[in-house]
This record gives sequence, C-alpha cells and structure tokens, in this order.
Amino acid sequence: MGCGVTKTSEFNRKFDKDGNVIPAAITMKAAVLIQRWYRQYAARMEVRRRYTWNIFQSMEYADLQDQIKLYNFLGYLMDNFTPSSTERNLISHIFRENEVCRDAEWERYFSYNNITVPDIYSGPRLTFPLDMDQAAHLVEAFKNKQQLHSRYVLQLLLETWKLLRVLPNINRVSTCHSKEITICGDLHGQLEDLLLIFYKNGMPSLEKPYVFNGDYVDRGKDSIEILLILFAFLLVFPGDVYLNRGNHEDHIINLRYGFTKEVLNKYKLHGKRILKLLQKIFSWLPLVTVIDQRVLIVHGGISDTTDLALIARVDRHRYVSALRPPKKKTPSRTNVYADSERYDEMIICKNRRGSLTFPKPFGARESFQRRSLQDFSSTVARTLGEEFEVRRRQAEFSLSSFSKSHRILSSALSSDSEPESSEFTDTGNDEWKQILDLLWSDPMSHDGCIPNEVRGGGCYWGPDVTEGFLNRHNLQLIIRSHECKQDGYEFCHNRKVLTLFSASNYYEVGSNRGAFVRLGPDLVPYFVQYQATSMTRGLSFPQNVKRTEHTALKVLREQLFVHKSDLLSAFQEIDKENTGLICLNDWASAIERVLHLDLPWRVLHPQLVSSTTDGKLDYHGWFRDLALKKPSSEHIEQTMLETLYRHRSTLETIFRIVDTDNSGLITFEDFRQTLKLLSAYLKMEISDEVINELVISTDTNNDGSIDIDEFMEAFRLVDKSRLERGKSLLKLMQDNQSLPQETESPQTVYSTAPQTSQCPASQPADPPVSNTTDSACSQTANPPASQTGSLTEDCPASQTEDLCHISVVVPPQ
Amino acid sequence: EVTETSKKSIVTFSEIHHFLLSDTIITETQKRISNAFDVFDHESNKTVDVREIGTIIRSLGCFPSEADLHDIIAELEEEEPTGFVRYEKFLPTMTKILLERKFRPITEDLLLQAFEVLDQQKKGHLEPEELTKYLTQEGEPFTQEEMDEMLSAAVDPDKNVILYKDFVSMMTFDDTR
Repeated sequence: MGCGVTKTSEFNRKFDKDGNVIPAAITMKAAVLIQRWYRQYAARMEVRRRYTWNIFQSMEYADLQDQIKLYNFLGYLMDNFTPSSTERNLISHIFRENEVCRDAEWERYFSYNNITVPDIYSGPRLTFPLDMDQAAHLVEAFKNKQQLHSRYVLQLLLETWKLLRVLPNINRVSTCHSKEITICGDLHGQLEDLLLIFYKNGMPSLEKPYVFNGDYVDRGKDSIEILLILFAFLLVFPGDVYLNRGNHEDHIINLRYGFTKEVLNKYKLHGKRILKLLQKIFSWLPLVTVIDQRVLIVHGGISDTTDLALIARVDRHRYVSALRPPKKKTPSRTNVYADSERYDEMIICKNRRGSLTFPKPFGARESFQRRSLQDFSSTVARTLGEEFEVRRRQAEFSLSSFSKSHRILSSALSSDSEPESSEFTDTGNDEWKQILDLLWSDPMSHDGCIPNEVRGGGCYWGPDVTEGFLNRHNLQLIIRSHECKQDGYEFCHNRKVLTLFSASNYYEVGSNRGAFVRLGPDLVPYFVQYQATSMTRGLSFPQNVKRTEHTALKVLREQLFVHKSDLLSAFQEIDKENTGLICLNDWASAIERVLHLDLPWRVLHPQLVSSTTDGKLDYHGWFRDLALKKPSSEHIEQTMLETLYRHRSTLETIFRIVDTDNSGLITFEDFRQTLKLLSAYLKMEISDEVINELVISTDTNNDGSIDIDEFMEAFRLVDKSRLERGKSLLKLMQDNQSLPQETESPQTVYSTAPQTSQCPASQPADPPVSNTTDSACSQTANPPASQTGSLTEDCPASQTEDLCHISVVVPPQ
Repeated sequence: EVTETSKKSIVTFSEIHHFLLSDTIITETQKRISNAFDVFDHESNKTVDVREIGTIIRSLGCFPSEADLHDIIAELEEEEPTGFVRYEKFLPTMTKILLERKFRPITEDLLLQAFEVLDQQKKGHLEPEELTKYLTQEGEPFTQEEMDEMLSAAVDPDKNVILYKDFVSMMTFDDTR
C-alpha cells in the first residue's frame, strides 16, 4: 500500500491485537477523519464564541444607553422642577454640592488623625513617606485578601492628592537609559489581572517604569485595592509611575457602575470621606502621557479639534465629572467649589459636536436635540419666553401630575446668571469638550469626526483625523484603551492607533484576554497577553465557550423579555390572522426592529427558541418560556414593570444619590417621589395605589424605609425551560468531569413580591460582586473558593505560573 | 444527433433538479448562508477575511477536509487575491455545496472506529502523547493550538488519558443543543 505521507517511520508499522500489521494508509485515514471532525466542531465553537462576543458588545452598547437615560432623566428633572414644587427636597439632594469649604477646611474634613487602628488589625500599617518595601507589602496583603484600614487609606489618599496637585496635565516620559516602559490599559477593579501583570512583568520601580491608562475602577470588585496599589507606587516612584485619568475616574459614573457601592461596603464608617477625597484625586489625575515626544497615551482618544497646547493649559481639576460641566468661576474663589443650587450647569455647551448632550427621552440613536441654558445668558436671538415654548413643545411632556403649578426654571435662572458668565463659558466649553474628547472618544474605520452617540460623550474619529493629529503634533502613535478587545489589544488606522485593554475575562470568564505592552527606545511595541484563569481551572475550552455563551444568552433573554410588549405588537402586526404563530424570518426581523442590537438573530435562534413546529414559532408560548411569572392581566401594570425594569439602572442610581447618608435605605417618601418623577418623565401613568403596592411589597423590614438592594433584587429574571435543560446538561458534564456546582434555583422573576435574596449583595462580610450586565445573581452563588476570581493566597511563583496562560506576541514591524 | 440530444437532456436535468427544489428551500438555505456570513463580516461591507472561510463553511454543517477547503478558497478568491472574499462570490458556491450536500457529517460510529484504529494496542484509551503524535504528524496535521484545545476537552483529568469512547459520545451529545 506504500504511502509516503507520514513523517516518522515508526508509525508506519502498527499491529492489531492479532499481531497483524495495520497499514499506514488506514492510520492516516483515521487521523484525517478525526481531524476533519474536530475542526468542524471547533469551527462551530468559534462561531458561538464570536456571536457571544457580539452579544456582549451589544449589551455594553445597551448598557451605555442606560447612561444616556440617566443623563436624560437628570436633564428632565432640571427642566421641570421649580422652587415651589414638592419634589424640591428630593431634587436638591440630587444636585446639591453641599460643601462650602476652603482648602484648610478640606484638610480637617479628611483628617485621619483621630482614627485609631485597633490592635487586632492585622493588615499593613503604613508609615509615610512610603518606601518600596511597604508598597510590595501592600500588594502582598491585598493578594491575601486583607483590607487596608481606613486610617491608612485616608492618609495614603491625602499624600496622593498632594502629589497629584503638582503634576502637569501632560506627563512627559522619556526612554533614556535604555529603559523599557510598560503600559497597561483598563483594569476595572480586577485585581487578579494587576497581580498577573506584576507577576509577569515585575512591579514598578526605577528600572521598571509604568504608565497606567485609566479606568482603574468600576465593575470589578477590587477597585479600591487597585487604586491603593497604584497610588502607593506613584508615591514611592513619582518619576517612574504615570497615571492617566479614564472616564471611570468620575464619581457620578462610579455611582452607576459599582465603585461607590464597593467603597461604602468595605468602609462603612469612613467610606463617604474616602469617596469625597477620591473625587478630588480623580479630578487631579493627569489627562495624557507622552513618551519621547513620539507616542501619545490617552484613555479614550482624540477628536479633530484636540489641541495638546490647550490641554496643557487647562485647570484640569475643575472638570470633576462628565455629568457636571465646570461651575462658573466666581472672582473670590478660584479653586474651590461654590455652593450652588444652580442647575444651569447641568446642561451642555453650544458646541456642535462631541459634548454630552441630552437627546430626546428614549435616546433615539439618530437624532439629537441640542439645548443649552447658556442660551439664556448669552446673546441669542430668541427671547426667553420663546425659548421655553420651543422646549416645552419639543419635550412633549404630559404634565398630568405636574400640572399648572410647575413653571419652568427661567425666572430662577435668569436672575442667577452672571455677567461674566458668557465670556467664561466659551472657553469653559472649549476646554470641557477637549477633555471629554480625550476621555470618551472611540476610533472608527471611516474618515471624519462625529459625536459619539453611543457613549453620550466624546466622538468617533477616523483615520484622517489620526493622520492630521499626529502630523500636527509630530507624533507617531496613539495608544489608548476604553474598549474591550478579544485579544487584549488591537491596531487600527493603519497601525497608528493601538487599543490596549488589560482586564481579561471582562464580560465573562473566557470572553477575552488582557494585554500590556512594553516600549523601548526604539518604540517598537512588544505585547504580552494573558488571561486570569483561576476561575476556569478545570474547565475545558468547549466548557469555557459554553459558560460564556450561557451568560450572554441569559442577558439577551432578559432584554427580550423586557421588551415584550413592543415585541408582541410587532409580532401581531405580522400575524394579522392572529394565529399565534410566526415564521423564523419574521421573528428575526421583528426583534431587530424593536431592539436595534444588530445581532445575528437567525444564527442565535436555536439558543433562544426551544421549539418550532413546521418552522413556525408560537410566540405566546415563547414569552411564557422566557419568564416564570404569568403575564399580568393588568396590561398597564405589565408595561410599567417592564419599563421600570428597563430603566432600573437609572432608578438605582437615583436612589443611591438620594440616599445621602449611604445607609442603603431610602424613605417611602423619597422612593415614591422618585418613582413619580421617573414615570412622568417616561410618560407612564403610575397611580398612587400602584406605587403604594410597590412600596408595601418591598418593605420587608416594615420600618418605613426601602432597602435599595432588596428593591433592585426584585427585578430578576429566570428562564424556566432553559434552566431545566441547562441543569441536565450541566449534570452530564459534571458526571464526566468535576465541575463547580452552579447553584441556580428557579426563583423569581419579574414580580414585586418580596424575595429572600439569593445574592449576598448586602452582606457586609463579602465584598460586593458587581456584574457588568446587571443580570441575576447566578454568578455570585458559587461557594467554592476557586470561584472568587482572585489568585489564591500565597501562591509560590511556580503555582502562579500554572494559573496563567500567557503568550508573547511580537508584531512584525 | 442522438449524442447531442442526450447531452442536452442531461443539462436540462440539473436545471430541473434546481427547479424542483422549491423556492423556499433555496431561500432558506441562502438566508442561513447570509447569516453565517454576517457573523464574520466585521466591517459590514459584505466581505470576510479569507482565513475565516473554513469556519463559516463548517458552521453551516459541512465537514470539509483542509484539502477541500483549499480548493474552495481557490475558487472564491479574486483574480488578484485581496485576502477577502466577497459575498457575491461566496453565496453561489456555498449554496451549491449545501444543496448538493457535499462534505456530509461524520457519524459517531465512524469516528469511534477511527479512534480504535489509532488505539493499536486496544487499550480502550489513548495516551495524550500518542494522540498528539498522530494528529500533529499524520493526515492534515493539527497546529499545537488545535491539539491543546482538543486535549483540554478530551483528556480525563484524573487518569490523564483519553477515554475516546466517552469523549466521542460527549462531543456528539453537545451537537444537539
């Protein structure tokens, strides 16, 4: 049979159990068969991985829309409240900056001297000035899950604040002395990844300079620890550690994405002070780093108007939050906040592009509505009265409960505006836009520069803008972060823009790798990719894919359920004869019309639809499958719940803002008012009875206050049929391989009945796990220690090696 | 004359063959192709990277060998290869493949037999090194990455061998999502 295919002759002769030689050709055929089969399997896994990724990106997009919803809502509040309304207290809670302090007073407020550290405290005790050993010791302590005492936290933060205040807006670094500089992207509270980077690359030192490109906090559960480590190294090696500000270094964003919650949970007594100090620190973080005057490192990106000379000159600390343009400067106080109940600052600049605007309610992607309260004080043709008429018509609010008693802000505002404000606002707006662009922009593949409507701030910039910018400033490369990439990094714009993302497994375990990059004097990037795999130990590649997919699909099903009313109408429009059946093509196109997620619905349908008869789907049954709770007979109530659910993140954020003492509880009254405001804004009828019902059913303490976590827990969704199938498949896999048990129980749903919370969200013992997708708690219900997602304690070097998968990639020049 | 007539009828037959397949089936098939293509069309400009063609074809249920793919790609590429494949070219080729049911699936039995062939000593299992040698050196060799991925799913963590019978049944069960 002679074949010359095989390379090694030892495989040419094989014997079956009778001692007969099996010809090599048969072996080859067997090998080809197995290879052919496996490649097919791998390809299907790859497709699933791919669309899972698409789902996560879409969800992130949808999630970002939530942010815009928040802005819209706050903008609405601004427009519609008047001094005489009963909601005044509530709204003033939301908008008030209640400090009138000078620096000396701040020092007193942040003083840590009266905080005593008990003897039993076994964590690090810091002495200042810090040294390298203490910094390393801090890293070790956090690795061992210790928590730094609030006294030292405040002390460390104060020192950091002092240091940051003397740093310029633009860090300038050079690679002289043949130093290689290491650059890291988003970390998002994932301590495991930072530890992995340090393990692989070494900790920051004189020989090992680092640049960290923002987004240290939010989403992950160890944000404060990451900050403390980075700040410690900054203090020890101020000439070798550079920190850029990211868009998540912003206290209002933190309210929404989990950092605030984390700090308040970990530091119950002093959390508020720590957060306040961090607010200042964030505003003092440098904006941009430049290496050798050739490479720009910035968190978000650029726009066609980005001007580094201007950036160098701004007072960066005045830009505290993306949601609050800088307050007007009053002559007597130059770098301190003015107490302000002026709500005119909420609205944006007149600039055509790139500002945080407040689009129409429901955030339509296509259209923008530009409003500017500066129009009042500046010289604009329209009279005040005309202005408000236009606004009112545009806003189209049904002012049912907010009837005639509501007058618009105008009188209040016009009396408050200052003569010098108009000249200020022009420069202020300009600088404001520049900073937003730096922290929020994303690259796009076609030329031009357009407002970034997805994020609500910054812009999308094209290759031509990159070209122009690099030429103008004599630079050769932009390194930015801000977007998750499957392989941890990605080039675009003809390799002139590099996106670097350092949080691995960002969406879910197995979703992506993280990466960091090293630059030597030749400025050739050298990449190291990794994936913190302690959570997936024991999971094979297919299991990994499935697990990630499982989460993505869960989130997707939530979205589908939440849009049930709209989907139902869409289906019924197609199914005119009311057969209750719809073909897959129509199902897919209807969903896309309603959700606008741009996902391959037909490819996804086997995962979302359990059965079809004759290629048709029974959509009522399908909705039933998606939820445990029977659809309410009260159509209005169902829609209301759905809508509230859709806006739950906005709701939660408002609750937390209102909860000024950070107790986790808000009063009935505040709760009621918040709901009423939100529902009016959403043009939803919500009667007092319904609100009372909600209130009563959620107040399990019966003490007249609502536990925010508990209320939010009521919005959970479980898919019954999936659960059964998932459980049996899981069981099968568990029988084959040892697998940590996922304890999902078919619990509630979409109801307002009080639930015994499955999630340890409000337990003080555990640090809160903030999920990126706001979905139910199945991810947290994992008892085994290996699931906590950190490098296990005291890993000697060799063990840690096992935990990481690292490939070193050097891109061709 | 007779030859011409018979030639003619053969040609017509395949046309009829296509006619007989109802419009729905062709449309459904083409929709499937279009959707699979879209998953990999990152720029949304109806092109995909030629290196993803194998994955797309396989995701549609076909089991081509690498050699098969090589031929298909040659057909799909432009005169001057750009590294991309356009949808207009992909659709007809893929439709034909699907309608003609080329590259049919490999049955569980056949797969099992293949493993048994490799298990020359009839141990009932394979050592990882054994399987690795076969699959990375024979036939259409795996890359190290492919080998590692397969091993991660195939190797029994306790015994550190590949119990191929279990492996095959587990993997084929997975197919029925």
